[in-house]
Amino acid sequence: MTISVLDPTDEQTPSHRTRAQRITSLEGTTIGLLDISKPRGDIFLDTVQSLLEKKGANVLRFTKPTFTKPAPVDLRHEIATTCDAVIEALAD
Amino acid sequence: MTDNRPNLPDGFVVFVKRDCPTCELIVPVLEVLFLEESLSAIFTQDDVSFPDLPITSDDTSLELSFLHEIETVPTLIKVEEGQEVARIVGWSREEWSSFLSVEDLEPKDIRPYSPGCGSLSVDPDLQGELQQKYGSGASSRIIKFASAEDEFEAMYDRGWSDGLPIVPPTIERVFAMLAGTTREPDEIIALVPPNLVDLTVEKIAINAVMAGCKPEYLPVVIAALETACNDEFNMHGLLATTMPVGPIIFVNGPVGKSIGMNSGMNLLGQGNRANSTIGRAVQLAIRNVGGGRPGGVDRATHGSPAKYGLCFAEDEEGSPWSSYAEDLGFSSEQSTVTLFPGESPRVIVDQLSRSPDELARSLASGILGNTHPKLVMGFDAILIVGPEHASRFAEAGWSKEKVNEEIINHTIRETDHLIRGADGIGEGLPEVFAGATIPKLRPNGGLIILHGGGEAGLFSAIIGGWISGDKGSQYQTREISL
Repeated sequence: MTISVLDPTDEQTPSHRTRAQRITSLEGTTIGLLDISKPRGDIFLDTVQSLLEKKGANVLRFTKPTFTKPAPVDLRHEIATTCDAVIEALAD
Repeated sequence: MTDNRPNLPDGFVVFVKRDCPTCELIVPVLEVLFLEESLSAIFTQDDVSFPDLPITSDDTSLELSFLHEIETVPTLIKVEEGQEVARIVGWSREEWSSFLSVEDLEPKDIRPYSPGCGSLSVDPDLQGELQQKYGSGASSRIIKFASAEDEFEAMYDRGWSDGLPIVPPTIERVFAMLAGTTREPDEIIALVPPNLVDLTVEKIAINAVMAGCKPEYLPVVIAALETACNDEFNMHGLLATTMPVGPIIFVNGPVGKSIGMNSGMNLLGQGNRANSTIGRAVQLAIRNVGGGRPGGVDRATHGSPAKYGLCFAEDEEGSPWSSYAEDLGFSSEQSTVTLFPGESPRVIVDQLSRSPDELARSLASGILGNTHPKLVMGFDAILIVGPEHASRFAEAGWSKEKVNEEIINHTIRETDHLIRGADGIGEGLPEVFAGATIPKLRPNGGLIILHGGGEAGLFSAIIGGWISGDKGSQYQTREISL
């Protein structure tokens, strides 16, 4: 005997997105550093910033209002339009 | 009713089924009415030769019965211009005579009254099929398992389960579940995280079936999901965090009792269907509709048994105090659901304190360990005061507000012991907080006090919270509507 059930999921298939072009060199690029507001993320990113700048990258710093929520749309848009790449400091 | 239902023939029509003693009883009446040309049609639900008359019409598909909402057979309907103008149900010689305007309804030798039977079109076993064929139907995709498939294994394989077996959400079961609410199946309740997709009443009902809910629990599940899926409660963050937290659900008001929730002995444990399945339904909806799964957006380091779904009711009857919902301004007639971002419960034992002050100090010391003894203010808590502990306070005339205030006062600590590095422990507050005093819980709203548990046992239970307020999750309460 066959049994029929109703699909409990959202029935959506994720859309396929092409990844942005990877950068091949840091020289002259703009790298965003996103602090998610966890303790000591700033210490980690300060070090990353100095290392990147030594290699010729320009660095822009960003901060999420709270690590518990997704980054606001405006912030994501700003990073996407001003940076060639972004590094996110995930944790403590 | 004006609608696009198929027209009925003008005049009088009757719906009957052979498997109904009342319909059998009135066959002689129907024969007489046919001969007198008083009836336009007799629609039969189960046997095209019943009654054996030229005006008997086949409704064994139940299409007309379903669309014209026949609930009882026999049903006698007066039709004008294809539309129903009046109906009576069952058999009563007096009513039929008056309805048909026939003075001496023949024959006279049959019983004058018989109530009739349920229409086949309202048979619960047929509801799913009929709804699908003639009703608004289900919007969700139908998935057919092959005959050789074990449906329970097939559902596991599709990733629909939290690890425990789930009830197959057949169309029949889902429609039975939907009868638990007056809300339309296609109503969108919320955008459910993490994928922020439409969460409809129908999808909630499907997941509630899978969780093992009864239809009468559905309004609670819907209200809980409405409460979970907004920016303030931040269900997304609760899923994504590495901390072992989930939506802790508690219910106030009459609905708790009417659906049989446990607020007494073992209220946080196993064994009560409503407690066990309501929270689970919420979690399954977030998992299946929202896409929030462990290892995906759910990044909990350890997780917690409460993440299967933790739901309970406050013991209001046995409480010396007003209920939590009443404190918020709801009436005792209103039912509410509250969602709190929390961990699994933990006991605070105190079998020796006799005075309320001793007990308040004792409970406060039990709370200090929440999250970490050196982390303060950022995490709220629920204290479920057991009946024996509550009586210590009540006998001394302490109000709930006083208990709350005293407990928080007894959690005040000198920050020199809380800063980073103090007592040889790296965790703690930044050094700028040194030289002050600070309570473990924020004074206004940091501690929810509920009454609940079994009558015996000098214990209370504490549920530690996640990051509170705007930076994390704000607990909140909503009225449950049918």
